[in-house]
Amino acid sequence: MARPSILARTIATPLILSALLVAFALLAWVAGSRPFNQTVIDIFLQVIFVVGLYTFVGNSGVISFGHVAFACLGGYVAAWTTIKPMMKAISMPGLPDWLMQLELPFWAAALAGGGFAAFWALAFGAVLMRLSGIAASIATFAMLAMVNSIYSNWTSVTAATSSVVGIPIIRTVWPYLIAAILAVFIAWAFSISRHGLALRAARDEPTAAAASGVNITRVRLIAFVISGAIMGAGGALYAHSIGLVTPDTFYLGLTFTTLSMLVVGGMSSLSGAVLGVLILSSLIQGLRWLEAGVQVGASTIALPGGVQEIALGAVMILILMFRPAGIMGNSELTGPRPGRKDRATGNGQRSTKGS
Amino acid sequence: MGGMMQVLFDALSLGSLYALGALGIALIFGVMRLVNFAHGDVIAFCVFALLWPSVDAVAIIFAGNLPWFLLIPFTLAVGAGISVLSEVVVFRRFRRANPAAMMIASFALGFVIRYFLLMLFSSRPKSISLLPGLSQPVELLGARIPLLQLITILVTITVLIGLTAFLRRTRFGLEMRAAAENFTMARMLGVRANRVIMGAFALSGALAAAIALILGSQTGTANIMMGASVMLMAFIATVIGGMGSLAGAVIAGFALGGIATVMQVILPPDARAFRDAFVYGAVILVLIFRPQGLLSARGTKERV
Repeated sequence: MARPSILARTIATPLILSALLVAFALLAWVAGSRPFNQTVIDIFLQVIFVVGLYTFVGNSGVISFGHVAFACLGGYVAAWTTIKPMMKAISMPGLPDWLMQLELPFWAAALAGGGFAAFWALAFGAVLMRLSGIAASIATFAMLAMVNSIYSNWTSVTAATSSVVGIPIIRTVWPYLIAAILAVFIAWAFSISRHGLALRAARDEPTAAAASGVNITRVRLIAFVISGAIMGAGGALYAHSIGLVTPDTFYLGLTFTTLSMLVVGGMSSLSGAVLGVLILSSLIQGLRWLEAGVQVGASTIALPGGVQEIALGAVMILILMFRPAGIMGNSELTGPRPGRKDRATGNGQRSTKGS
Repeated sequence: MGGMMQVLFDALSLGSLYALGALGIALIFGVMRLVNFAHGDVIAFCVFALLWPSVDAVAIIFAGNLPWFLLIPFTLAVGAGISVLSEVVVFRRFRRANPAAMMIASFALGFVIRYFLLMLFSSRPKSISLLPGLSQPVELLGARIPLLQLITILVTITVLIGLTAFLRRTRFGLEMRAAAENFTMARMLGVRANRVIMGAFALSGALAAAIALILGSQTGTANIMMGASVMLMAFIATVIGGMGSLAGAVIAGFALGGIATVMQVILPPDARAFRDAFVYGAVILVLIFRPQGLLSARGTKERV
């Protein structure tokens, strides 16, 4: 009996994750309240970001602190292409004429944002992917700082540090749901593709992979571009969810949340990326609610501001201490299948169970 | 001539800050392969340790009112203390973890420290006057330079000489260098791991406190983000200098300060705002040609 193809063996993972996301969307639709709706949109956006980050970090094993820069590039593309020309002329007078006149629908802006981010990911990646390990991580950090410093000073094109308003706001959950599911499928398709498998091999055994003919720099670059594109599209949608962009929206804060979600879920697992978002978002939401104050009897108890980030940091450190591979470890959510044992041995990865 | 001297002193004093920061990071990296992202927040913590917790815009100076001969040791002790505390509470559990996990943990710890400060002091920058006597200008070789700039440079040179002597001449320094070279071997030969690592953290924390004092008196403000920009440059300096090489970190720190100052002078006025972006770009260029850094330390190369 031939072994089922890799596609058949792993298709359950994106399907289960999509079902999970659809369940969240339906919950928002049934509840019908606006704040809850916004929360669910935020969760979907985080899923896009974290899945984008996973596509590079999870498959290559190189920690990137710079991916939020691509979200920034995408977010500003949304601002450049969807704000009404009259408003653009006031806030960003330095735009070239053709861009000034352009008014795209939001989905086209998201695609354009992804494309723009992918282009820059290719340019930066061609340099950064030559590095490895910690030097690469710090270099991605420098990339983030570079993009942030350009976008917060280029007054005529990005309105510097003041916020660019007037981006059409999309309030329904569905476009974000579709984008999140797309991101999950793209990430899954990459990780089982020829390049994705080569990259994972290079992550676990770089020497052996290189000896077997894997061009590590090249496969890393491919992953970097794909994940940059996902981040860029996510950034554009983020801009459409709140209607404004500032350079600092896409800086250390977002880097910290996305990274902590990925770490908590499990860096080398797609299911981990999605579950990390769902778990930590619930925690953040709960803490925000407590920071706003809770009625207990006659008095209101409110936590001081900042507790949310402190708790997030503490959870992250504790997970790293006691379960460094994250909640999911190296495994994925899969349905009950007879072929499971086959995969566990064929995969060659050490099990992280019980660590 | 005066203008040239001015640029030279600007470059040296900015470079001193970066070099001190890079040294603090390289010290810890050398002994335990930890890239300490919390270092910048330790700097901010040291400044805020001089204030009494309040969310008002005007800072209530508390320990900052001490005379300088008490203020400086106090701040250095605070820096060393918080740094050692972070080692004992957090990083000690990561001895066997891989460097990536430690790096993310330090990133998280930095956020915890920053938001702890935010909780006590709010995120608004506060004006403080720290060691006000230092802002008077002095005349030197035809250039008017703030006394503080001169002191910054002198302090850095003293620290560098002191640290070199410490690492070369004392038993503890020898142990530390041995640990940086080959940690396992050093332990087998009787170097006590925890003591050396705690020593490295204490030194690094004290260096952070020195930066805090300089930054605090230079800018006259306390801001929870104040460590971030120095820190980023210091990180880049450690990478360019070759991870873990102390001399490389210092040289690269001064080089970055020099490049930034020169760019400030030669760039057209429109482009000056992008100075930092140009510096990061220059760094990436260096890394293309020397991915291992300018002076790569022995033992940091990934072995087969």
